[in-house]
Amino acid sequence: MNIATAPKTESALPLLMVRNLRKYFAVKSDSLFGARPMVQAVDDVSFSINTGDTLGIVGESGCGKSTTARLLMHLIAPDTGEVWLAGKRLGGPAGVTLRDLRRNMQMVFQDSYASLNPRLSVQDSIAFGPRAHGVAPQQAIAKARELLVLVGLEPGQFARRYPHELSGGQRQRVNIARALALGPRLVILDEAVSALDKSVEAQVLNLLMDLKKNLQLTYLFISHDLNVVQYVSDRVLVMYLGKVVELGAVDAIYGRPRHPYTQALLASRPTMDPDIRIEKPPLVGDPPNPINPPSGCRFRTRCAYAENVCETTEPALAPCDAAAGHSVACHMLIRNSGHSRAANS
Amino acid sequence: MSEKITLPLTIPGGQPAAAEVPVGGIAQRTYWQNVWRRIVRDPYTMACAFVLLLITGAALFAPWLGLPDPTQSNSGQRLLPLVSPGHLLGTDELGRDMLSRLIHGGRLSLMMGVTPVLAALLIGGALGLSAGFLGGRTNMLIMRLTDVFYAFPSILLAVAIAGSLGAGTSNALLAITVVFIPPVTRVMESVTTQVRTMDFVEAARASGAGSFTIIRIHILGNVLGPVLVYATVLVSVSIVISAGLSFIGLGASPPAAEWGLMLNTLRESIFLAPLNAVLPGFMIFITSMCFNLISDGLRSAMDVRL
Repeated sequence: MNIATAPKTESALPLLMVRNLRKYFAVKSDSLFGARPMVQAVDDVSFSINTGDTLGIVGESGCGKSTTARLLMHLIAPDTGEVWLAGKRLGGPAGVTLRDLRRNMQMVFQDSYASLNPRLSVQDSIAFGPRAHGVAPQQAIAKARELLVLVGLEPGQFARRYPHELSGGQRQRVNIARALALGPRLVILDEAVSALDKSVEAQVLNLLMDLKKNLQLTYLFISHDLNVVQYVSDRVLVMYLGKVVELGAVDAIYGRPRHPYTQALLASRPTMDPDIRIEKPPLVGDPPNPINPPSGCRFRTRCAYAENVCETTEPALAPCDAAAGHSVACHMLIRNSGHSRAANS
Repeated sequence: MSEKITLPLTIPGGQPAAAEVPVGGIAQRTYWQNVWRRIVRDPYTMACAFVLLLITGAALFAPWLGLPDPTQSNSGQRLLPLVSPGHLLGTDELGRDMLSRLIHGGRLSLMMGVTPVLAALLIGGALGLSAGFLGGRTNMLIMRLTDVFYAFPSILLAVAIAGSLGAGTSNALLAITVVFIPPVTRVMESVTTQVRTMDFVEAARASGAGSFTIIRIHILGNVLGPVLVYATVLVSVSIVISAGLSFIGLGASPPAAEWGLMLNTLRESIFLAPLNAVLPGFMIFITSMCFNLISDGLRSAMDVRL
């Protein structure tokens, strides 16, 4: 396996750095001549992932998790924003090209069935990427069979099968092999295990953890399953309506969440312990319409602590524990913000 | 990672998925091999294919079958009934041998049935593929243009085009081709759009492949099936339209043997020799029926959800 590993000198730099990523989608206007309303799917998202880390992204459906993944792969073009891979900017002078970016960054999709071509055998599906990059057919197939071994599928038994002849877990293993075929350094797992049943999910998660260790991979793990994210992540990013509301180490986020939304999200996890059973849902209602997000803080319409300042000013993502790299976008944690619970100096 | 909380869902070890649904012993066949097997086992489709083969074969080899000249008239032997000596299927209003004319007529009629469909598949297929794959404004332009043709009923459109070009076989072919391009484009566009938005196409793009590679490997294989099924239906429609054009004098012209034209010239004799008069219609019916049933068979053979 010639999986590219980061040279020592790069280890100080984050493998992936994202600055002010933004994507607004135009939607159909009600009137013929009115301005086209925009869905603010991803708004001003910035984060970085260190080599060898796993960054988990959590949030409700429609908060922009998957859009972020597709923006990173440039499957949809971002409106603004910069993507830096190992210190080199995408598209910049002396930076990386999109082709380089995609060779170094691959993605596993949620729907294991839809993400495999029903007309191609497993080995042809896996070999497609290398062949598109000019690897000879024989070598590409040999590589595909190697990768099948790597993801725990016996090539003699599975290589010539078609997707409909595999179970969901086996298909997702094939998808993982396909993502690894180009020797990427970063793998985006977009709800990669969410559609699998629990026991298979655990097997695939363990496989992912093994692969990460053996191939020195870095993961961007997108999921709505808070338990799984806690299990796999080193750092966690919480999104709400296209914005980053909290970002920090997994223990800090799960141990002492600072943003009211993160607190509510974590409190909504079902528990097996009757003593900490909750009577009321911690969060009521649906997220507001992303076409007309609330002014100021986007969470204020559902926040128990919302005050005037939350309506007038948008809280910036600011470090609340700089040493641990924990940042929150909430007025309660910004000094002199005007919120009654904020510290004043 | 090892000191992290272990969730109850974890099962020890990243074991290979051997335990998941064993599907051992499946013969390794490609999709098209599977389709072929299913067609071969479908008695109706095979029967239709046999009949069509018979008609096509007879038409192709007509000059070598030792049949009487299909244009040789004989005023003494007009409208002989079926099973007359020397004329198995009787004669027409000019005393020409019906069997010979029906077999020779198949050449023109089948050609009129297949050629416009092939031409429309090529042109409409390319248009629909571009519209579906590129989307956006290209799609809008191509599809709205095809919509214009949809405003006319297909027979009327064919008659209008053939009428303005003048009578003749090649003009009729051209007219039918033009009539078929919009529906083929539309079918191709809708299937391509559907396939293009699937995750495996996204994954192919994510692996850095170019558009042509993606179309060749991932799109074509998934769109050809439905379009081919549609094309077989169109062949029967094409035979009927071309027969119709000949019937009203816009297709083949006398004394050529062509089923639609024969139907036209024999219609005056329908009360004198009804059986002779319906024979060309019967041929049109059988042929288009066979194409329709084969299309149905193809559809069900390809439709097995993979």
